[in-house]
Amino acid sequence: MKLQDMYQEIILDHYRNPHGRGLRDPFDAEVHHVNPTCGDEVTLRVKVDGDTLTDVSYEGQGCSISQASVSAMYDLVVGRSVTAALATGEDFVRLMQAKGDTTVADELEDSLEDAVAFAGVSKYPARVKCALMSWMALKDASARAWTPSDPTPTTEESA
Amino acid sequence: MTATAPAPATGRTPLPLDVEAVRADFPILGRTVRDGKRLVYLDSGATSQKPRQVLDAERWFYENVNAAPHRGAHALAEEATEAYEQARATIASFIGAQTDEVVFTRNSTEAINLVAYAMSNAVTAKEPEFHRYAVGQGDEIVVTEMEHHANLIPWQQLCERTGATLRWLGLTDEGRLDLSDLDTVVNERTKLVTVTQQSNILGTLPPLAPIIERAHAVGALVMVDGAQSVPHQPVDVAALGADFLVFSGHKMLGPTGVGVLWGRSEVLAALPPFLTGGSMIEVVRMEGSTFAPPPQRFEAGVPMTAQVVGLAAACDYLTALGMDTVFAHEEALTEYALAQLQAIPGVTVIGPPDTVARGGAISFTVDGIHPHDVGQVLDDQGVAVRVGHHCAWPVVRRMGVPATTRATFYVHTGYDDVDALVEAVRHAQRFFGVDAVEEA
Repeated sequence: MKLQDMYQEIILDHYRNPHGRGLRDPFDAEVHHVNPTCGDEVTLRVKVDGDTLTDVSYEGQGCSISQASVSAMYDLVVGRSVTAALATGEDFVRLMQAKGDTTVADELEDSLEDAVAFAGVSKYPARVKCALMSWMALKDASARAWTPSDPTPTTEESA
Repeated sequence: MTATAPAPATGRTPLPLDVEAVRADFPILGRTVRDGKRLVYLDSGATSQKPRQVLDAERWFYENVNAAPHRGAHALAEEATEAYEQARATIASFIGAQTDEVVFTRNSTEAINLVAYAMSNAVTAKEPEFHRYAVGQGDEIVVTEMEHHANLIPWQQLCERTGATLRWLGLTDEGRLDLSDLDTVVNERTKLVTVTQQSNILGTLPPLAPIIERAHAVGALVMVDGAQSVPHQPVDVAALGADFLVFSGHKMLGPTGVGVLWGRSEVLAALPPFLTGGSMIEVVRMEGSTFAPPPQRFEAGVPMTAQVVGLAAACDYLTALGMDTVFAHEEALTEYALAQLQAIPGVTVIGPPDTVARGGAISFTVDGIHPHDVGQVLDDQGVAVRVGHHCAWPVVRRMGVPATTRATFYVHTGYDDVDALVEAVRHAQRFFGVDAVEEA
């Protein structure tokens, strides 16, 4: 097992130069997620128009894996339907549960694009939660901003 | 590897302990990690490794005398009771206590909760003799900003249950306890002051004497959290002068699942129980029950007998090494490690920068690399450290860092372990490309 398997260059690039970072207005829901065992945190906002995630903005602090993950997620989900974004999130969870099984990564490459580089993280159980934090935040924020049965966005201040 | 390290020529004073001989007692140190790397275990502050003598004692108990102590009329029950109580005497002697002042708990956390719950149970106890340490509105509990969550949250909760007020002593920028407002924070409303004897994250050894003196002057009880001190320095409860001392077996070469609450006899006698059930009773009737005297009053249920026996073996092991020697050993390692780490550009020690009033827990940050990533690279080199907020979130917040990397030492630690740590930190800087940037 090589450390470079986890710290892929693409992950370090996202860490050093995060995409879409910063909290932006307007937004429909904002959530704050922490990783209580290590103190990593992310504040994440979503803007939903109709069925589309028109923006995901965030601020956070934490290790390279947690911060690169939210940056790669931004690239994957903005401009897509909430349903597609959440399905991609499910794929990412599968990748994190793969325990380094490369066939899973191969299978998910089309769905996850850059984020498939996180496959190596799944070999380090203690770091999986770092990679998943932002996706859990997205799922949470999406649920507050949008309901599948009623695809009209919640425009009033979220409760 | 020190050829590239422009470290001050810190003397490697001969270590007080024979590291190779000690290591031979620890089976786990013979294994390798991460593709054949020697295990450099620098996480004893989280949990210590166990020498064969401790493992043998537990096995001896299970193979020869296993039975529930203080119950049963058979030979094994008698021998198990004898082993359990003999172990209590050994452990009491280790901290200079009377045997019946030692209460076994699961760990330090449970020992602290025992006292915190006893103090709120005192409010509603039907027995008048248990009201003495009741806590309520207008009363104050004092902690410090340096505490492990285990010595903070039980007191926050006690205050929420009873309406008492939580106050605390703060930290200086160097990570020492700020005693400038001791006389106002600890006052006639204070019911209990609780303070760590060694910070698990900063390594600081706070001055306990003035705190205990002030607390007793206003009639407050004093608890000392010895989770990080009892394993690493001589602790004598008579000399300490506190009312409670808590510590965990697993951090002092003993098994998991056993910890100690030491309390002064007259204080324990005035506390109602925390957990109730079998073996802590005197007389039981359907209408109500009375309770055994301490320590049995606080030991409901069949205890962790084999683990208590294992902890006594750990005390014997440490006594044979000599706790003064253990402290001197770690002090030498700490002095060397502080010099070596602080000689690396970009490395900042969080906590006292020298060995004055300080134990062998060293937290640090590396510019440009998050502590989790530092820990990951260290792990890849076989170096096991702890990263994060170390269950002391207010401390890292106060020190202005999101998290730290922490190395802790023990009896099997040698200079080669410190060298491996230092080299692995430099490796992490190279891996993340922040080594050259800092060379100003």
